[in-house]
Amino acid sequence: MKALLIGESRKGKTLGSTYELAEFAKRMEAQSAMFIVDAEEDLPKYEGKLYLASAADCGELNPPVHAAMAVEAADKENADIVILSHSPYGWDLAPLIARALGAGQVSEVVEYQEGAFITPALNGKMRLFYKPSTARVVVTVQSGAFAPAAPPSGAPTVEKIAAPAAGDGVYEFVEFEEPEETGVALGKAKVVVSAGRGVGKVENIELVKKLAEALDGELGASRPVVDAGWVENGRQVGTSGKTVAPKLYVACGISGAAQHIAGMKGSEFIVAINTDPEAPITEVAHVTAQVDLKQLIPALLEKLKG
Amino acid sequence: MKILVCVKQVPDLETRFKINEAGDWFDEADVAFRMNEYDEFAVEEAVALKGKSGADSDLTVLSIGPDRVKETIKKALAMGADRGVHIQDGEAHRKGPAQIAAMIAAFARDKEFELVFMGLQSQDRGSAQVGPLVALDLGFNLLTTVVGFEYDAGQVTVRRELEGGLKAQVKTKAPVVITCQLGLNKPRYPTLPNIMKAKKKELLTIPAEELGAGDALTNIVKAAPPERKGAGVALTGDVADVADKLISMIREKTGLV
Repeated sequence: MKALLIGESRKGKTLGSTYELAEFAKRMEAQSAMFIVDAEEDLPKYEGKLYLASAADCGELNPPVHAAMAVEAADKENADIVILSHSPYGWDLAPLIARALGAGQVSEVVEYQEGAFITPALNGKMRLFYKPSTARVVVTVQSGAFAPAAPPSGAPTVEKIAAPAAGDGVYEFVEFEEPEETGVALGKAKVVVSAGRGVGKVENIELVKKLAEALDGELGASRPVVDAGWVENGRQVGTSGKTVAPKLYVACGISGAAQHIAGMKGSEFIVAINTDPEAPITEVAHVTAQVDLKQLIPALLEKLKG
Repeated sequence: MKILVCVKQVPDLETRFKINEAGDWFDEADVAFRMNEYDEFAVEEAVALKGKSGADSDLTVLSIGPDRVKETIKKALAMGADRGVHIQDGEAHRKGPAQIAAMIAAFARDKEFELVFMGLQSQDRGSAQVGPLVALDLGFNLLTTVVGFEYDAGQVTVRRELEGGLKAQVKTKAPVVITCQLGLNKPRYPTLPNIMKAKKKELLTIPAEELGAGDALTNIVKAAPPERKGAGVALTGDVADVADKLISMIREKTGLV
């Protein structure tokens, strides 16, 4: 089987998720080549053929142009499978590539077993086994599901790909917007105590915050809580916010969407406070307190004081 | 200006799901359904735009599925959509993203929609493919993962989310498909008078067979419960006991307290 990996770079740097694609190809026992739009002086550490398009020439964000070049590379490689990250970049490119190749697409793959691609469904409460009915297939793989066993190494053999002309007004990149500088040092905190939708109402954020203070840690939050405006932006944990790996992570009322888990599963000791024994967070938690957080947190605060 | 918003009805994710008899999805008995959360942001954005763009604008809400999805269409009508379209399909859960997109495109083609809004993904399957495929089917431009939206005389400017808190401002021209990320806006709650008014709005039903979905490109061969790999400890019972045990475990494992 031949695979084409679609790497990702941001501002001239290869993203770490690129190496997870190589790991997935390895697990499928596929022979792989890679395509990436990147700065020419920052090549991914990869042993094999690399189709390289210059980000300076074709723009770092331009899905129709990037997809057209990826399709060219897939055809040159005669790739049976094209592998992308299940990320904003992957969401843009994968369907365009699949359509051009006449391929079916399977999104957010977490495992490959006996010719079936396995994906989570229903917020991690079910797994679906997909088989393509097309000759070629495009997959996006879940962030963090295929962490490489060893640090990436190697120097690729580069073949350059030239950018096709961009359609007028199809996709115009204006500028990046950096995350707000909030002065919150979530990434450096030894303890992160995060609030999720399960806290119920904004008033209960205060409880979680007190627990964070009592543990000498920082308050974190899951996406819905930040979107609701209950907790400031800079405290969001997950692939669309901050990735953290503290000594202690306490998830209060967080069900554990894949994008949240990818942002905290490197924590040394993970505590979940959640009344749903089937919540996906319990899969990564070392201990789950299956009790109401509105009762448990005051009890914890009392005991930590004493 | 004609606007289309596509919504999906999804099960309540707090449900304890059982696998159905066919072994390819969940058993619907006793399951409550609601509007896909991502689509609530799509409806809100479409309704807000309609409010700004004057009396000649017209907002259609479309959903695919069995008769129960009419409830979700009615919610969107109560939020402010003008008319509803129900693509009646008892087998929608067996269709792949390309087939769902093909049906939406078959309905929308030649109707001169300038903007098509939908959620970035569904909460139950989460393929994130339908929006991009509808754009391809209709030959529309595409902007995904949108967290900020502006429209001015055919020019669309959005903030789109990337990774790690980074966003980008991007422009394109209508007609365009916009896929909405959580947090794009604050979806309104339908008020009682608007719920009453929604009952009088047009709700057209089209049998799926009339639109043609084409062949499946992927098939679900099996549904299974999650693998319980986690070797974590569960603490239950008396809250004071749980608190004691939790603190001693944290002390033992981290030395922090």
